[in-house]
Amino acid sequence: MTMSSSRPRESDAVAEVVVRADVPMTRLKQKHLLGIADLSPEEIVLILDTATAMQEIAHRPIKKVPTLRGRTVVNLFFEPSTRTRTSFEVAEKRLSADTLNVAIATSSVVKGETLVDTALNLEAMSPDMIVMRHASSGACHLLSRICKSKIINAGDGMHEHPTQALLDAFTIRSHKGRLGGLKVAIVGDLLHSRVLRSNVLLLTKLGADVWLCGPPTLVPPGIERLGVTVTSNVETAVADADVIMMLRIQLERMQGAFFPSLREYFQVFGMTEERVRLARPDAIIMHPGPMNRGVEIASEVADGASSVILEQVANGVAVRMAVLYLLAGGVEHETAA
Amino acid sequence: MPVVMDADRIQRSLTRIAHEIVERNSAIDEIAIVGIRERGVPLARRLAKRLHEITGHQVPTGALDITLYRDDLMRHAVGPQPVVRSTDILFNIDDRLILLVDDVLYTGRTIRAALDALIDFGRPKAIQLAVLIDRGHRELPIKADYVGKNVPTSRRESVQVRLEEVDGHDDVLIQTAGE
Repeated sequence: MTMSSSRPRESDAVAEVVVRADVPMTRLKQKHLLGIADLSPEEIVLILDTATAMQEIAHRPIKKVPTLRGRTVVNLFFEPSTRTRTSFEVAEKRLSADTLNVAIATSSVVKGETLVDTALNLEAMSPDMIVMRHASSGACHLLSRICKSKIINAGDGMHEHPTQALLDAFTIRSHKGRLGGLKVAIVGDLLHSRVLRSNVLLLTKLGADVWLCGPPTLVPPGIERLGVTVTSNVETAVADADVIMMLRIQLERMQGAFFPSLREYFQVFGMTEERVRLARPDAIIMHPGPMNRGVEIASEVADGASSVILEQVANGVAVRMAVLYLLAGGVEHETAA
Repeated sequence: MPVVMDADRIQRSLTRIAHEIVERNSAIDEIAIVGIRERGVPLARRLAKRLHEITGHQVPTGALDITLYRDDLMRHAVGPQPVVRSTDILFNIDDRLILLVDDVLYTGRTIRAALDALIDFGRPKAIQLAVLIDRGHRELPIKADYVGKNVPTSRRESVQVRLEEVDGHDDVLIQTAGE
């Protein structure tokens, strides 16, 4: 039988809010959110469920709860970002955290300071969490080893972008009610995409049938080993799909010619209305943004009735609030480190 | 394990509270009921049903999750953390009389959190508190307006309210730690 306090601690001299027997308690296992790779399916579902509760706050007259009052969150963005940075900032403010935005163009990084030095200097001001985006894969892992603050990965190089995958999963679940058994077609620049890696890890963990499609030059070798089907035929990929997820052609990360021209890319892989008709009638169209209209997606599709692209942005705030809340509370078990 | 209230006793207490609410508040059309998750919500619905039976008036009913307003959330770096549930208050609380409902009143900290949460939804004309059990040991100056039963307890004990809608049956038990 459940007791009123499920985990008594000896140090608790003061009686606190009664831990209610009817409220399930749970936490993430890790101190940081570095990637989907570290999360169990149960932890992913916990984040999505928490985000569902957070959604309602956006519709209140006062869109703010006091949960993270007195906590400081540093947003450290070494790469340009509109959506992710503003989304984190809104999420932090809705939870009443103090936010600090470090814009790299105006910081000492341009004077030659290293990532580690920048982080250690920010850490000296004792923030509770650092949200970081960096062009190098693994930059957040590096930071998590040297910083006391909790690190949230907002995109590291071509590695992972966990909150994007979580908000994508949240959006899919809110339309389809589930993730398991759905056919999800992901089309575009697979090679340079951290969104792809995080999404593949998450969707396969929760049992979706994931199909990847892109020019062979933009398919990371060995990606099939993650339990996905790869095709270079976009019609095969989207046939009877429940979800079509488009990825941006990341010209800024391309050194060399991966395909003849953007025009030809659109003809072979672009998401047009004809191709969308091959998917299930209730299929949803997603794009993590920023979109290149007329390159990976036709404007009619991006703005069409099946498009949930702007919903993804709105859901991003709720999902990031959930992540901030769950990480702020601490870890379930003390680890040696 | 002593049973403090059985199903019949719970039903009768709620009926009595509903009559007290009607007696104390002449403008029944101003009342809205907000239950505190988890077990305050079914109690709120039952009270709304009784108020409807007594007055013929449909009283709007909502659900409030206080997790994000708790004062002990970030106090421990290690240990479990409560799950955030949804708050559903689909009516305007401005200038209404809000009847806040919970199962057990203990330290008063849950009610403090609920009051803070409610104020973020607007400016009610007044807030009244109804609880099924008042077990004492208040740590804040908070008092219930309607009480199903006063149950003197020690801090070592825990009061468990079980309701049909959540647990499959109605009763209230007292448990001693380690039992």
